[in-house]
Amino acid sequence: MSTVAQRTGVPTGTWTVDPVHSSIGFAVKHNTVMTFKGEFGDFDASLVDGRLEGTARVASVQVDDPNLVGHLQTPDFFDAERHPELRFAASSIDVDGGHVTVAGELTIKGTTAPVELEGTISGPVTDGYGNERLGLDLETTVNRHDYGVSWNADLPGGDAMLADDVLLTANLALIQQGSQS
Amino acid sequence: MHVLALSGSLRTGSHSTELLRLAAAAAPDDVDVVLYEGLKEIPPYDADDDLPGDQPAAVERFKAALAGADAVLVATPEYNHSIPGVLKNALDWASRPILDSPVRNTPVAVLSSSTGMFGGVWAAAETRKVLGALGARVLEETVTVPRAHERLAEGPDDVLAEGLRAVLGALAHEVSLSAEPLLERAV
Repeated sequence: MSTVAQRTGVPTGTWTVDPVHSSIGFAVKHNTVMTFKGEFGDFDASLVDGRLEGTARVASVQVDDPNLVGHLQTPDFFDAERHPELRFAASSIDVDGGHVTVAGELTIKGTTAPVELEGTISGPVTDGYGNERLGLDLETTVNRHDYGVSWNADLPGGDAMLADDVLLTANLALIQQGSQS
Repeated sequence: MHVLALSGSLRTGSHSTELLRLAAAAAPDDVDVVLYEGLKEIPPYDADDDLPGDQPAAVERFKAALAGADAVLVATPEYNHSIPGVLKNALDWASRPILDSPVRNTPVAVLSSSTGMFGGVWAAAETRKVLGALGARVLEETVTVPRAHERLAEGPDDVLAEGLRAVLGALAHEVSLSAEPLLERAV
């Protein structure tokens, strides 16, 4: 049985994302009763000497409806033409055991605002290929109107179809550069 | 700037069409507002006829006109509290496939008029919603003309002309923004 040491600091060195085993997603309450989820398939992330940064391409938004994929890229939502990327840049990372708090600035649709992400940090461990691998699972909730993503529609009962709050998630598998044996 | 003007009313003497003619007359010299006159020839939308590379000729002409426009100006009446079928039908043809719609990212403004006292605001709102679904860059700037049969019969109207120039100015601003990267803003 292996164990992972409790961490008190942020790993140093350069860590880059393994996109196959990572995901950037969003979830929003839809029709007031259920949670609708989507992902961005094309993204980058890195942790360089404790500084976490990431970008995601709006054109890579993934939901299970091609019409909605098209609509999400329009000015009604993310406006891929004028704002092709979402960006996050951390200003601080605090680690307490397996818990991590990341403060930084999130840019969506051209608007940059401070956010704080909470989650867990796991590892590093040595994977089957000899890489040092680190896990970061982060999330934060933002009000989409703060970023100008304000499309909505009325339901017959008068409620709005889409909630204001959106859960953003980043499940990152990070590989230390130069660690491969 | 080349603005394609779409009237949601086909009848001779249409208030919507007249509103677009007034917009063309009020436009600055560098703004060209051209009325599209082929909506009546567009057949009812039928997905069986919506074949890539083999669409009805009237649809191909309409899509080409949209693709050639820097901006679109729609003027709509209100039929039964909503968007006229002829206009919705044309937009439905223009909507597919969604990622290739010729209206996608195009700045669009919507004007409305009615013979009643509300000026077709419901039809305008629904037209904006539809255009948003097509991926257009839909502006809030508008001109609303209640009791259009009286207002438009009164002759030269400087207030109306100024309002139409403001809408065209907003369209021109959006067209210019599309031509250059946007500065980001912080909240």
